[in-house]
Amino acid sequence: MNIKKTALYELHKKHNAKFVEFAGYSMPIQYSEGIVKEHNITRNKSGIFDVSHMGQLFIKYSNDITDKLQEILPTDLKNLKINQSKYSFLMKENGGIYDDLIITRMKDKYMIILNAACKQNDLQIIKNKLNDQNLDMNNNLSLVAIQGPESKTILENVVSNVSKLKFMNGENYSFKNNEIFITRSGYTGEDGFEISLPNKVAVSFVEELISKGSTLIGLGARDTLRLEAGLCLYGHDINENTSPVEANLKWAISKNRINDNFIGSHQIKKQIEEGVSKLRVGIKPETRVIARESTKIFDERNNEIGKVTSGTFGPSVNASIAMGYISNSHSKTDTKVYLEVRGKKVPANVCELPFYKKSYVKREANV
Amino acid sequence: MSDTKFSKEHEWITLDGEVGTIGITKHATEMLGDIVFAELPEKGSNVEKDGTAGVVESTKAASDVYTPVSGEVVEINQSIVDDPSKINADPEGGAWFFKLKLKDKSELDILMNKEEYDKFAKETSA
Repeated sequence: MNIKKTALYELHKKHNAKFVEFAGYSMPIQYSEGIVKEHNITRNKSGIFDVSHMGQLFIKYSNDITDKLQEILPTDLKNLKINQSKYSFLMKENGGIYDDLIITRMKDKYMIILNAACKQNDLQIIKNKLNDQNLDMNNNLSLVAIQGPESKTILENVVSNVSKLKFMNGENYSFKNNEIFITRSGYTGEDGFEISLPNKVAVSFVEELISKGSTLIGLGARDTLRLEAGLCLYGHDINENTSPVEANLKWAISKNRINDNFIGSHQIKKQIEEGVSKLRVGIKPETRVIARESTKIFDERNNEIGKVTSGTFGPSVNASIAMGYISNSHSKTDTKVYLEVRGKKVPANVCELPFYKKSYVKREANV
Repeated sequence: MSDTKFSKEHEWITLDGEVGTIGITKHATEMLGDIVFAELPEKGSNVEKDGTAGVVESTKAASDVYTPVSGEVVEINQSIVDDPSKINADPEGGAWFFKLKLKDKSELDILMNKEEYDKFAKETSA
């Protein structure tokens, strides 16, 4: 199978990207600055991410489309306002997660953003359930994210009026006479935007963002940023064997839909009522040792009580950080646990997520 | 002080009398990316040629650090444990890893000189 490239591939190359294969695409893992600097640029200024490998699925409205989609997704779509976005899941009957996604109600269609590795499978599932061919996985569109505190001003310089967008809301805009769709959202814990735009203007759009002061950032920093923000990475922190309740994501299941029928609803209802045996938690090692994915977690009596699903060094918190599943009995904040790294037991503590929280309070100039 | 010698595992060593100073090469740090964690052998411990004598972790992955010669660890560089970013900043200078009292100086003979190492590094990373 040929490795796929996004419309921005040549631009990444021009900016000295190191590439890695991800979900069948050749994607930039980092540029010449390196992961830690790119991470800090995003936290302190503004970073641009090419996420065009992700699926952009459009479903045109027909009479019963919202009812049918509600049979698939656990989200209250009937009360979703035009241009509003929600985080949701495509689940299995047993509550496991096939994919996590963002669904946006546009004026004449739904837009669903899917993970690159899952998008073909997702499309099949949705197609089968909807019995409808009004689906369009649009490959002529790129998806670009701009994230970080200066992003609002930079993007406003390229596309007027974007700064009035509210978080998890979108709107149609235009760039060089092309219609583009921008949502205020992201995957870094920073203020930011995601821009869906035609491939043919993707390069000139990103070049304009760079000329206004933003910087290309690779998938390496995207991972450290999202982990500091406590966000899940599909295939690692959530998968077919974890439910949204176990993943501590039950906030994304609309409360007024718990008694409805959707894929996985029986299991979700049961888990919410009866509780679950394992939970996703944040874990902070007491030293700088990094607990990578699959690191075993033990209690004080040396019983294995869970596994790490993501672990790295968080540049903004200047510490080793991890997430993982742990037996419910040990999931309380500040519970002492031990991580087995290279044969040694490293003390760690269960902690609240996110690891990094933006302080939006502006400091006085002289303090 | 003798000239710097290099191993195929991307360590460097300089000799001062009986004591060798060991670190990882600039080329190694460029391959690893940003180093965020370092673990060193214990002072007083004995390490064997080509055996593991520490770990470095970048944001991407963990890598073992090998010792190019055998000996007793007489000093470790705690400053790189406290601030591993120093390894990226000055790998072949201030960010040395540990010092060994060499067991057998002839182990140095099979190591590469600077010119040989640069050629090796270029070929293996191409």
